[in-house]
Amino acid sequence: MSDTTPTAAPERAASLPAQSPPVDPAETAKADRSAGLSWWRGDGGEGAKRNLGLLATLVVLVVIGILTRPDLYGDASWVWGNTLTILKLASVVGVVTVGMTFVIIGGGIDLSVGAIVALAGVWCTTLATQSYGAGGMIFSALTVGVAVGLVNGLLVSYGRLVPFIATLAMMVAARGLAAEISDKQTQVSNDTFINGIASTNVLGIPLLVYILAAVVLAGWVLLNRTTFGRRTVAVGGNPEAARLAGINVRRHTVLLYALSGLCCGIAAIMLTAQATSAQAAMANLYELDAIAAAIIGGTLLSGGRGTIIGSLLGVIIFSTITNLFAINGLSTEAQNMVKGGIIVAAVLVQQVQFRSLTQFLARNRATTT
Amino acid sequence: MTSDLSRRRLLFGGAALSAGVLLAGCTSNEQTPTEAQTKAAATGANQEPGKKVTIGFSAPAADHGWIAAITNNAKAQAGAYSDVELKSVEAGSDAAAQRAALSTLISQKPDVIVLLPHDGKELNAFGLEAMKAGIPVVNLDRAFPDARAYRLQIKGDNYGMGVAAATYIAEQLKAKGVSNPVIGEIPGIDSLELTQERSKGFADTLASLGLKVANRRPAEFTADSGQQAATGLFQALPKIDAIWNHDDDQGIGVLAAVNQANRKEFFMVGGAGSKKAMEDIAADNTVLKATVTYSPSMASSAISLARLIGQGKGMSDLVELQVPKEIVLASETITKENASDYLKLGF
Repeated sequence: MSDTTPTAAPERAASLPAQSPPVDPAETAKADRSAGLSWWRGDGGEGAKRNLGLLATLVVLVVIGILTRPDLYGDASWVWGNTLTILKLASVVGVVTVGMTFVIIGGGIDLSVGAIVALAGVWCTTLATQSYGAGGMIFSALTVGVAVGLVNGLLVSYGRLVPFIATLAMMVAARGLAAEISDKQTQVSNDTFINGIASTNVLGIPLLVYILAAVVLAGWVLLNRTTFGRRTVAVGGNPEAARLAGINVRRHTVLLYALSGLCCGIAAIMLTAQATSAQAAMANLYELDAIAAAIIGGTLLSGGRGTIIGSLLGVIIFSTITNLFAINGLSTEAQNMVKGGIIVAAVLVQQVQFRSLTQFLARNRATTT
Repeated sequence: MTSDLSRRRLLFGGAALSAGVLLAGCTSNEQTPTEAQTKAAATGANQEPGKKVTIGFSAPAADHGWIAAITNNAKAQAGAYSDVELKSVEAGSDAAAQRAALSTLISQKPDVIVLLPHDGKELNAFGLEAMKAGIPVVNLDRAFPDARAYRLQIKGDNYGMGVAAATYIAEQLKAKGVSNPVIGEIPGIDSLELTQERSKGFADTLASLGLKVANRRPAEFTADSGQQAATGLFQALPKIDAIWNHDDDQGIGVLAAVNQANRKEFFMVGGAGSKKAMEDIAADNTVLKATVTYSPSMASSAISLARLIGQGKGMSDLVELQVPKEIVLASETITKENASDYLKLGF
């Protein structure tokens, strides 16, 4: 990235300790705000509090589990296995959510993630692709994901389509193409390496959980420790200011959607491995799961704020609820109602916090100037 | 700088282009086409070519192996008759789209219409209209509430699937001498009437034998949802004796979950009767020991019967001179013993 045009705020940048050479004003603003924050706070002062709240929610869910099924929770090996199962269940949506978090922080939305997972999954399990072995399957899933993401990004940034519309169109079109390629059949994966991704444990922990951890770590570093991440926050917070500050907003937007597509490609491999097959209807409604997880994780739908850790906790909370309802034999209808309630509650909390934050800022400005 | 940039662009462009070419080559799914379920012309007066019959056909766009098999079967069966012309219209994505497609079909003046509606209730009015216009309607699988809306209804037996699955499971458990068995159920989309009927048949039959379902986790007829539902079931029930999974397509995912969780203590019954399930049952190397059918071969039969209706003939083995009004297929239980007989009906 050697393309950064000279920025408008060199003197402010100069006053900071030397960091990576290309300094965006967004970065300086960010550095001001985040000085002295603990490691898991991605952004903003209230992030830590929110993540603590999410952790508390998780604890409450586990306590409910202990109270309702003491027989199962009394068995330590079951508890360990169950924890790994929850993480495994969270892994595919978790990877998708990392990409989604970037897109939303950058001021967009990606409704096509489920469809991209399905298209990439179907593409990598055609008989022709499978004949190239695991390498060919992984290559095609990732490339299809990135390519579809690029198209989304180009439509949004250069075609000037509203992200909601562009990705809604892609959602329909990608599932259509997936159905066309698969001829609406379930394509069974016969590749033992790919299928093994879902059944392999390393040091007692499923490989899928490592993949989730790696993607989350990469996403966290990208968002919090690189220029790319700071630009994402700047572009989502105020695209006009970001543009004036010399950020190539359009190109950055394209990259964000491509990143989301890449995550979908990774998720497609994981989901194909889990189901040992792929079909056009797979990953149904993952876009809703990913958006919901990002929202309850504290990502602002209007962009400019969000944390990877929060999103991860959001995904884990949802898969813990699914698990809780499964072990108690309760219906999925009730489960969906509880999930909906949690999303509404999270957004209400978000609004209240946002209002008090803006009020606080307004008061601050009034006293300092 | 500029030359550097253009070189970079060239590199990226070339890489993207070659990736695209590589990928485009990877969409092929060429394989030996699965044999459609047709009934070859046998002997008998009904098989003799008769009056030419034009059959209009409409089924929802396939998003699932079963629906795809319905359409394939209908086409293949029509092709087996020299006196049948099939006019097929895509039914689009919902009932409204199907109604629009059907009105264009009517304008082509078919002798008989074979129809798998998106929703029997919503297309009831179309059935009435066509029957009033003198075109006999053959309803495939999703019943019209109004008896005047169809000439013939041919459908599978969802309740009977549940009965068959429960009966097989109870027999096996009894043979093994399991007392107080833990039975799990993985239905398909729970809001569908067909799923509810299947589950009711299952629960009723188990109850009559003093058994019950310990836990049911619905999936969505897809392999990935089947995998997740099964994983949830395994967490809830540390020891299972038997599972009924309603659908063999989602069963691919259920079997994957079985391997991933390394759970082998139970046996499983599938549903629908896919080719892969039948092969697994015949090979007897998975927990899948049986499947109860809901066969898309009904589409082939519907075309044969529509032809007879169009020609004014009855079914030759029956005494009646006309085709009956309702046919409900029995749900058959496929096990290792008879899997080879049914393999040609797998989809």
